[in-house]
Amino acid sequence: MNDFPAITGLTLLPLIGGGLLLGLGADHKTLARRLALGVSALALALAVTLAVNFNPSSGGLQFVQRLSWVPGLGVDYFVGVDGLGLLMVLLTALVVPLALLASGRITERVPLYCALVLLLQAGLFGTFTAQNFFHWFLFWELSLVPAFFLIKLWGGPDRGPAATQFFVYTMVGSVAMLLSFLAIFLATGKFNFTDLAELSQTGQLDASLAAKLNWTSLSPAALKLVIFGGVFLGLAVKVPVMPFHTWLPTAYAEAPSPVTMLLTGLMSKMGVYGFLRILVPLFAAEMRAVITPLLWLAVITIVASAAAAFAQRDLKRMLAYSSINHLGYCLLGIFVAVKLTGADPKLAVEKAAVLDGVLLQMFNHGLTAATLFCFVGLLEQRSGGLRGLNDFGGVRKVAPVFAGLMGISVFASLGLPGLNGFIGEFLIFKGAFPLVTWATALAALGLLITAVFLLTLLQRVFQGPLNPKWSAFPDLTTAERWIVAPAVALMFLIGVYPQPVLHLLNATVLQFVTKLMS
Amino acid sequence: MSWIVHNLWLVPFLPLLAAGLTALAKQRHRRFAATLAIGSMTVSFLLAVGAFAHTLGRHEDEARQVFNFPWFQFGTEWLKLGWVLDPLTAAMLVMVTFVGLLIFIYSVGYMAHDENFTRFFCFLSLFAGAMLGVVIANSLLLLFICWELVGLTSYLLIGFWYHKPSAAAAAKKAFITTRLGDVALLLGMVWLYSQTGTLLFYDNGAGCLEQSALGAMVAQTTSLGLAASTGIGLLIFAGAVGKSGQVPLHVWLPDAMEGPTPVSALIHAATMVAAGVFLVARVYPLMAARDIADVLSPSTAALQVVTWVGAITAVFAALIAVAQTDIKRILAYSTVSQLGYMMLGLGVGGVAVGMFHLITHAFFKALLFMGAGSVIHGCHEEQDIRRMGGLRKLMPVTFATYAVGMLALAGFPLLFSGFWSKDEILHAAHEWPVSCWPFYFGLFGALLTAFYMTRQVACVFFGNYRGHAAEGAAAGNHHAAKSRRHQPHESPAVMTAPLAILAAFAVVLGFLGTPAWPWFQSYLEGEAAMVDPDKLLAPGTLALMLGSALVVFAGLGLGWWLYGRRPMRHADDADGLERLHPEIFAVLRDKFYVDEFYEATVIRFNAGCAWLGDWLDRWIWGGAVLACKFITIGLSWLSRLFDEFVVNLGFDEGCRRIGNGARFTSSLQDGQTQNYLRTLALALAALLLLLTWGCKG
Repeated sequence: MNDFPAITGLTLLPLIGGGLLLGLGADHKTLARRLALGVSALALALAVTLAVNFNPSSGGLQFVQRLSWVPGLGVDYFVGVDGLGLLMVLLTALVVPLALLASGRITERVPLYCALVLLLQAGLFGTFTAQNFFHWFLFWELSLVPAFFLIKLWGGPDRGPAATQFFVYTMVGSVAMLLSFLAIFLATGKFNFTDLAELSQTGQLDASLAAKLNWTSLSPAALKLVIFGGVFLGLAVKVPVMPFHTWLPTAYAEAPSPVTMLLTGLMSKMGVYGFLRILVPLFAAEMRAVITPLLWLAVITIVASAAAAFAQRDLKRMLAYSSINHLGYCLLGIFVAVKLTGADPKLAVEKAAVLDGVLLQMFNHGLTAATLFCFVGLLEQRSGGLRGLNDFGGVRKVAPVFAGLMGISVFASLGLPGLNGFIGEFLIFKGAFPLVTWATALAALGLLITAVFLLTLLQRVFQGPLNPKWSAFPDLTTAERWIVAPAVALMFLIGVYPQPVLHLLNATVLQFVTKLMS
Repeated sequence: MSWIVHNLWLVPFLPLLAAGLTALAKQRHRRFAATLAIGSMTVSFLLAVGAFAHTLGRHEDEARQVFNFPWFQFGTEWLKLGWVLDPLTAAMLVMVTFVGLLIFIYSVGYMAHDENFTRFFCFLSLFAGAMLGVVIANSLLLLFICWELVGLTSYLLIGFWYHKPSAAAAAKKAFITTRLGDVALLLGMVWLYSQTGTLLFYDNGAGCLEQSALGAMVAQTTSLGLAASTGIGLLIFAGAVGKSGQVPLHVWLPDAMEGPTPVSALIHAATMVAAGVFLVARVYPLMAARDIADVLSPSTAALQVVTWVGAITAVFAALIAVAQTDIKRILAYSTVSQLGYMMLGLGVGGVAVGMFHLITHAFFKALLFMGAGSVIHGCHEEQDIRRMGGLRKLMPVTFATYAVGMLALAGFPLLFSGFWSKDEILHAAHEWPVSCWPFYFGLFGALLTAFYMTRQVACVFFGNYRGHAAEGAAAGNHHAAKSRRHQPHESPAVMTAPLAILAAFAVVLGFLGTPAWPWFQSYLEGEAAMVDPDKLLAPGTLALMLGSALVVFAGLGLGWWLYGRRPMRHADDADGLERLHPEIFAVLRDKFYVDEFYEATVIRFNAGCAWLGDWLDRWIWGGAVLACKFITIGLSWLSRLFDEFVVNLGFDEGCRRIGNGARFTSSLQDGQTQNYLRTLALALAALLLLLTWGCKG
């Protein structure tokens, strides 16, 4: 296994699949669907093989492949995964087939659609495995292009502006990040994340920045803060952190539901992943310098997005805000873990809890949010595109299985113990409360408001007297049940016995903690 | 470790398994669902009895046995869960499984005609499993998990008739109100975790309720000046306030009566709502932990809060119960009030006092609810006590058992269990050194309890049946004959048999905790019980018993004087109390306007926040993005204008001029020899003139 370039293969697989599909005529709909599904299933198998062969007791990079690419520019082809990367690869491999299966409503230009989805998957795999900024950034941007076209070509009535806003907004962030990295490259001549992290750890990064970029007439600390700001902006837009989130509700609402599954399940994770892979190892000191505003941002993201979700009347917009809210907990966890340093062993325990919680929350949110949007897609399919909060009513009477399974996903999303969402949130709160009590206590408000709007959703859609319009509302078909069953089963599995997942993460988390202690 | 301790997990697991299997069953598999639920509950009951027997006759140090196991690892730490078998657990296990089993059997009759019969038993089993999990948990986290699952099943069962908008709204209200407390409980839990490094209650000296952890927490002072133990205790208590419907989070419990009556009996009277009381009893060592320095102070801050909340709830809810007309809502407010008593008991007298009332109350309140269900069933889903009356003769078994339950709840002296358990609480409140007010609150509550129960029984069972009149008036007289056929009828044996069993327990249980033979109290504390009749006749005890008996008689008499003497004739007649004091009655009937108050404050505030969040998004953040967009577009326009009118226009003009020049020059070279010669001649002439002029000068 170690000789086989598994990660390269994993990224190439959807890339080649997507390329093949691009060449397919528009009439070969079934073939295109089958081919895409086959490729994503293979990718899933490969990702699971990776997980099986992963050595959970080592926190470092595994399955590493490193080739010199452009030596003069410090560009290596350098891929590998640690626990965090592996988790994201697994999530990607899991959500993409689910989204493809849920794409029944897409009937136009199916081969192109499938091709774009696979290209997006390739971009995501690349982002989650690259260890060199150069091709990491290539993949980061590569994933944006298919997403843009997926929204633009198959979206709702306002898809044009939504897609443009999504693309331009993210692009602005990316440019800021690119500029920051160019500055770093100018100072150090390095692009590899591991090298840069080491330089940052030893303080050499600051020194070389100060030496090489003294023409900016900024003090070294201010200079690095500016560079940090650029990277932060790029990642904050992607997550998103409030107030850089306005592209999200529109994009999520206008994208077709399977694409929303990819956006919320996977692409939002790119941002959080970037925080952990780049920001925390390279800029921990800068984060500490502005930690109070950062914590406020996280708290505002959590509370304000939950409140805004409650005001929405469109199910997709509501779940979009809920998505921001859930990722807010990840941000809170990351900021809290960075905040304090010291040798206190109790501190290490809390930090490990927080970071384990963050990683698990990323996975759980990806799974749960994607499933919820899948259900919304199924609702739209039955209602002919209607998805307003008040468009339904009493549907549980005619579609009990639909109501039951979607109900489980909703409760997973609001963090009911026994389902996956709880474990991550519990660990984040457990670690965050003693470290930054005020922010955690405020963030707890989010838990409450989430319950309010999610239960309102269940009440309006499924309960009450049956809206006569939907007396012929079909329940989930057997095929549809099989689409969502694995996701729901996984929610139970992780909720009851999270150890297999946490086992993969622990060593990586401990490594993070060790680096964050000093 | 004995077999039963090792396998205590089976007690909650069997109902959970039954729930899981039933969830997969089809709607028509009714017999399968009922059999599975009742079967699993029976086995759980037998196991619970085994566990109970195991704890009998053991002394304090060996009375508690735990089994802990690792759940998952974060960082280097293992998070552990576990279960515990001690008298507190065992007593609750037996109560929950026994009452639960009876209610399961009763439900077979009550829900016989419901199309979602299968689903009902699935939810009931899930509830039983989760509740039993709460009881055996040896870890606050496991307790919290089961606690939330209990809340979920409560949500599902309140909203069981989900097609009724009121049921759907009540379910949501219940979940959200209790979640308010649960969020506080979660914070208390994570705080406790960070303070003690464990969430296990008992772990051979390393648990969070054991001496070393408690000592550390008491010594730690927070920024607010509270000891950590007090802060954590209060947060945990907030969870109990939500679950047990204490003021100010009591509003969900009366609305929860939208659920089927067996659910009200099981979840919203006997077991789940008592979970809050149980939780306080479970973490009592934490609540009662105090510094060595103020060991002389009479009570801890946390326990004082528990006491006051309990005392206020006991009276507040009893007052509301006086003016309600829905048979189940009266009982619901009565439950809130009795839960207040239990909290009061815990606060002033400790675990044994509160728990004794919890156990006796579970039996007689389940009895009352099931009796009410039988009445509702017999009266064709009528719940308004003004439209009942005279059922004493029509439903004799229900009446007899209901009367037993009512007397037990009212605390009728000597014979009934409620008397003994309430007396314990009043006794402890009387001795409480901090304040004498909780005692008076308790006495006043006892008076009200006797009063409103007399009112209810008088309206439901005495006088004449008033259901026809209302129906006849509404539907015209020719339906009168038809409605006579709809005479209330006694319920089937599958419903009345559980009533009879519960009635028996409502009487005998009291004798397990009399001052003369405080067996239950000793059992919980792991001591041997002494028979000592002299204690009963001790002057303080006797006087108190006489006093409380007098209060109960006063309440009963007052109720009878107002409602029993001259029973209501018509459903529309004014209430007895309403005739005396209409303004007081109106305030009580409208529940002190608490719901309206919340509607005007909390709910409006939440809606305002939501509106604000949405508005900020649309106009401020979205506006900023739009502003950026317009600035960018404006700049592009500016750039375009500059390009077109400055750069392009200038360039074009230059080019045009050059072109013109070129055209002019090229027009000179037109190939006509005459022109060339003319130019030559002209030039020559000019040159000559120039030279001539020049030489001259």
